[in-house]
Amino acid sequence: MDKFTKLTGVACPINQANLNTDQILPARYLKWTRAMGIGKVLFQDLRFDADGNEKPEFPINKPAWRNAKVVVGARNFGCGSSREAAVYALYDYGVRCVIAPSFGDIFSGNAVQNGLVTAIVTDEEAAEIMETLTRTPDLPVTVDLEQQTIVCGNKTTNFTIDPVRRKRLLNGWDDIALTESFRDRIASFRAADKGKRSWAVPAAGA
Amino acid sequence: MSQPQTLVDKLWAAHEIVRREDGESLLWIDRHYVHEGSFHAFGKLAERGVPVAEPGLTFGVADHYVPTRGSRTNIANPELARMVRQVEENTAKHNVKLFGLGDPRQGIVHVVGPEQGLTLPGLTIVCGDSHTSTHGALGAYAFGIGASEVAHVLMTQTIWQKKPKLMRVTVDGAVAPGISGKDIVLAIIARIGADGATGGALEYAGSAIRALSIEGRLTLCNMSIEAGARAGIVAPDATTFAYLKGRPYAPKGADFDKAVEEWSAMQTDAGAVFEKDVTLDAGSIAPIVTWGTSPEDALPIDASVPDPEREPDQDRAQYLRGALEYMGIAPGKKLTDIAVDRVFIGSCTNSRIEDLRVAAAVLAGRTSKVPGLVSAGSTLIKRQAEQEGLDRIFRDAGLEWGESGCSMCVGINGDLVAPGERCASTTNRNFRGRQGPGARTHLMSPAMVAAAAVTGHLADVRPMLDGRKV
Repeated sequence: MDKFTKLTGVACPINQANLNTDQILPARYLKWTRAMGIGKVLFQDLRFDADGNEKPEFPINKPAWRNAKVVVGARNFGCGSSREAAVYALYDYGVRCVIAPSFGDIFSGNAVQNGLVTAIVTDEEAAEIMETLTRTPDLPVTVDLEQQTIVCGNKTTNFTIDPVRRKRLLNGWDDIALTESFRDRIASFRAADKGKRSWAVPAAGA
Repeated sequence: MSQPQTLVDKLWAAHEIVRREDGESLLWIDRHYVHEGSFHAFGKLAERGVPVAEPGLTFGVADHYVPTRGSRTNIANPELARMVRQVEENTAKHNVKLFGLGDPRQGIVHVVGPEQGLTLPGLTIVCGDSHTSTHGALGAYAFGIGASEVAHVLMTQTIWQKKPKLMRVTVDGAVAPGISGKDIVLAIIARIGADGATGGALEYAGSAIRALSIEGRLTLCNMSIEAGARAGIVAPDATTFAYLKGRPYAPKGADFDKAVEEWSAMQTDAGAVFEKDVTLDAGSIAPIVTWGTSPEDALPIDASVPDPEREPDQDRAQYLRGALEYMGIAPGKKLTDIAVDRVFIGSCTNSRIEDLRVAAAVLAGRTSKVPGLVSAGSTLIKRQAEQEGLDRIFRDAGLEWGESGCSMCVGINGDLVAPGERCASTTNRNFRGRQGPGARTHLMSPAMVAAAAVTGHLADVRPMLDGRKV
């Protein structure tokens, strides 16, 4: 997993509360492998009409925001389905950070596994950043994960992120290696637990 | 005296292998359910060349991509056939038991787990599906995970988690006749919002919850995620134990009795503190339907949809306009004036025998004005319904009686609602395009879907139940 420390880039505001993972990646693409180019179908049904024509009013279709590295959203971004491919779609499109007042729990868990930063700001701060970007679409945004700041024009906003997730993103760590280091603890837990909770094992001969 | 603990505190402590200084815990996982969508995770195992750590605690099902109509032994659509074959191959390779097509125990993962007695009180359960919260109905701590986490659990039978915020929803009193677990959970989501329980685990308590059957509790816990909670839970009780006794994978004989003794202690202690405590009066809950594009857009059936012009908050007004436009509903329209084009009864939310019985009770001797599909939650439930003659009632009413699977809840097996069509549905998500691009979904209980079928519009089921045995 790539490390994330600091990034400056195009930021696209998408002012929609409860923007769920079905909108980020419609279910019909869930059978795709990542290698098939899942970034191409990011926000597919919001970006394109039924005939495949671009909807010019959707923010990420606008010339200034087409190469977004950052998405600024409203509350409960990424709620709904657990599909990790929604994170793959954002990442493979080029997005490295989503800024929003709150995130779906499973989405933000999936994001950290893939190097995508989920930066939490207040409703007012998200609205203000979106407003600034709407006024000045070309304004680049800088997200600094070490400092936990977002710089948008002459305004600096602090963001929050779970400290564990922050550390993992800064270091590009993956869970498995860490868990492997607890192998003995897992084995002793398993042995002791089998004695204590015999009923927890599926009945034999079912 | 030790500090009073919540049920989730107790289950957490029983599964915590290690807690890091930063607060994340490594939890032992008792059951891991996989399905066709788990292919990304099996791919990660293949990349590393590692086996499944605990195949005996891992169970597979074919549900998301299986056809509900036409041959299931020779699937016509090659893409669907490939998805089903993939889960067959991945589970076979790793010695994981699969409830595949051709097995009468096949069905939707969140129906099969409880039905087979794999889901038990006090267990930790994960699955790469957000509706894994369903299993909390039996007193398990169950939550949905993403593909990377699925791979991690396959490799280690553990997962890193931060303890959730603990929240409680208490529903006291008795619900009116015709009101189900679906109405209760939609009322809860309408009250606290689609992110009302984000970062949290929801414990459901109160006399109205205790009075629910396991089927009703499964529906309730299923939609916890629609309030943002990764897990929902109901403490196990006599109803739970009666449901589990004799199920194939549940403990047997003296082992069962010993288990019941331990399960009975799995309760929130008096005086335990929750970060958020919400109370609802069961008696005030009417049949509920959704009108918009989030499950929080839910109202009692006698209400009218909102009017953006009367909404002072500009952001909210903009949201209302967008949702109403997508749904093709005029501002302020009465819910009962909204005509539907199609109905669907099924999904992990509402496809169990009790759901089919209540829908059939409404439909018996009546005709559906619109086409529709009924898909039982498992092949066993389908057979039971057929033995009870419910399939005849659905067919006589003009509805299709399909095979079991996720079907029209998510549409990836090809069961789609056409663009612009309006569907009264027992499913869990009314998101834009959820049932197909441009599809318009109204969520409600099975009884309410049956009422919509009979009348051709959203309708209050209560008068239609008069004199009928439910």
